[in-house]
Amino acid sequence: MREGWNRPPVMKPDGEGELLEVAMGPHHPSTHGVFRMDVALDGERVIRLKPVFGYLHRNHEKIAEGMSYLGSMPFTDRLDYLCPLTNNWAYALAVEKLTGQEVPERAEYLRVILGELTRVQNHASSIGFLIQEMGASGTPLMYAFKAREKILDLFEELTGARMMCNYMRFGGCRVDASAAWLDATRKVVAGLPGFVDEFERLLRTNEILMARTQGVGILRPELAVNAGVTGPMLRASGVNYDIRKVGGYGVYNRFKFRVPLGDHWDVYDRYMIRMLEMRESIKILEQALKDIPGGPVMDAKAKLRGFRPKPGEAYGRIESPKGELGFYLISDGGPNPYRYRVRPPSLINLTILEDMCLGQNVADVVLIFGSVDIILGEVDR
Amino acid sequence: MAVDEGLKIELGKQGVFVTTIEELYNWGRRSSIWPMQFGLACCAIEMIATTMARYDLARFGAEVFRPSPRQADLMIISGTVTKKMAPQVVRLYNQMAEPRYVIAMGACAISGGPFKQGYNVLKGIDRYIPVDVHIPGCPPRPEALLQAFMTLQKKIDGQPLTGPDRPRFLDAEAQGEFPVPVQGEHDLEPTSNPGVWTVPVVIR
Repeated sequence: MREGWNRPPVMKPDGEGELLEVAMGPHHPSTHGVFRMDVALDGERVIRLKPVFGYLHRNHEKIAEGMSYLGSMPFTDRLDYLCPLTNNWAYALAVEKLTGQEVPERAEYLRVILGELTRVQNHASSIGFLIQEMGASGTPLMYAFKAREKILDLFEELTGARMMCNYMRFGGCRVDASAAWLDATRKVVAGLPGFVDEFERLLRTNEILMARTQGVGILRPELAVNAGVTGPMLRASGVNYDIRKVGGYGVYNRFKFRVPLGDHWDVYDRYMIRMLEMRESIKILEQALKDIPGGPVMDAKAKLRGFRPKPGEAYGRIESPKGELGFYLISDGGPNPYRYRVRPPSLINLTILEDMCLGQNVADVVLIFGSVDIILGEVDR
Repeated sequence: MAVDEGLKIELGKQGVFVTTIEELYNWGRRSSIWPMQFGLACCAIEMIATTMARYDLARFGAEVFRPSPRQADLMIISGTVTKKMAPQVVRLYNQMAEPRYVIAMGACAISGGPFKQGYNVLKGIDRYIPVDVHIPGCPPRPEALLQAFMTLQKKIDGQPLTGPDRPRFLDAEAQGEFPVPVQGEHDLEPTSNPGVWTVPVVIR
C-alpha cells in the first residue's frame, strides 16, 4: 500500500465529521501545466488549500551561475515561455546595470515594441485559457491564438524563432529590424483593435462569464500589497502601481497611456483589466511605431562575450505581462555571476491563492487559479 | 496477405472495393488517435497551437484531447520531465488502455535538452516508457508535431495483426505495466527500466 493512504482523516474544525481531501494535479486539465493543489473540502466549500510546487523545477538559477552572462540569455526564454521577449529584456537590463552599458535609442524603441506585442499576445491567451476553464472549450482560445499567431509570425521574421526568441543583448538588440518588418508590424497593429473589439463583444455580455466571475475570488488591496502581488492582479485590486510608469526603465515616459484599475477586486476585474491593458498596449505600439528613430541597435562599445563586470550587485526589473519580473545579479569579478536570482511574478502572485479560495466552491478554485495567470516554468524555474 | 495493387484498381473501376481486415482495422485506428490533455512545459504551448485553427490537428482525427488517461490513445510528452514528475508520467502511462502510443516532443523529453546538466531533470523519458516517435526541437514547431502524427499513422498502418511482429496489445505475453520509479536517496530508483532502455556503451 502506498504511503499516506492510511493517514488519519482530516477533521472539520469543530471536530464533527471528516473533510474530503482532493489532490488537484499534477495532471489536471486546469492547472496550466504541472502544479498540485491539495484541497480540503466540506461539501463543495474549500476549507484549506495547499499549493505544491516543484514539478517543473529545472535548476535555472543554478545552471546560470555556472555559465557566462550571455549563456543564460537563451535560458531566460524558457522561464515564462508565453512571453520570452520580456524575460530577455529584464535580464539584459540587469546586466546593463551591472556593467553600465548604454542602449541606443532605436534598440529601446524596438524593445518597447516587442514587449508590448508580447503583452498583447500573453493577455489574449490568458483570457482564452481562463474562459476555457469556465467550460467554453476551444472557441475563445481559438480567437486568442488567431491574433497570437500573427504576432508570432512577426517574432519569427525578426528573431528567427516563434517562441524562444533570444533576441536582446547587453547594450542593444541582436539584429536590426528592416523597414519591411516595421511595415508588417504596423499592419498587424492596425488590425489589433479590431481583434480586441471582436474578442470583447464575444465575451462581454456573456451571462455565464458574469455569473461565474463577478464577486468570486476577491483579493483585498491591503493583502495584495502585503503579499507583494504585482501586475494586472494588483491593479485589479485597485492599487495604482505600474513599473512602466514608476520604474523609469526604457523609453516608456515618452508615450501616453493610462493604467486601468479595478473596482471590485474579483475575477471579472482581473479579466477586464487584461482586456483594457491590451488596448493601452496597442496605443503604445502605435506611438512607438510612429516615432521609431534610425541608428544602430547595438552599442558600439558593448562587449558581449568574455567580459568580467566589476564586483557588485544589480537588480533589473520590468513590468512583464504577469507582474514585476526582476533579475538580481551579484558579480564577484568573474566571467559568470556569483549569484543569479529571478524574482518571478507568477510564483509571488500565486502565494495568495489560498486566501482567495477559502470559502469558495471547488469549481471556482479553477477560475481563481486561472485568473492569477501563471506559467509553471516561471513558478518553479 | 496484401491484395495485388493492380487487381485492386481494376476491381475499383468495376465498383468493387477490396481490402483486408488488417488494413481496415489499422485505417480505423490511425484515423482517430485521441491524445491525452497533458502539458508539461514550453512544448505544451506549441501543442496547443497545433490544435488551434491555423495548424488544425483535427485533419488527422486527433483533435479530441481527453483529460483522462483511460480514454486516451496517445500521450504527448510535451516538455521537461523532472525527477519529481517522472513517477506521475509513468503512472499515467500505466493507466492508459492498449493500444497506446507515446510521442516525445522536444529536446527535453528526448534527452533533458538544455536542462540536461540540472540535478533535477530526467535525461529522457524513454528510460522508463517505450517511445514511438521522437521530435527534436526546442520547442518543435507545430509542423514538426504534425509530421510526428503522420509518422505515427504510418507506423500504425504497417502493424501486422498476427505473427511475431504484431503490436504489443495483441501479445498476451507483452509487458503491460511498467514499474513506477520512486525517489531514492540520490536519484530515482531504478534509474532506468532495463526492459525499455539499455545503458548505451560509450566508445571513446
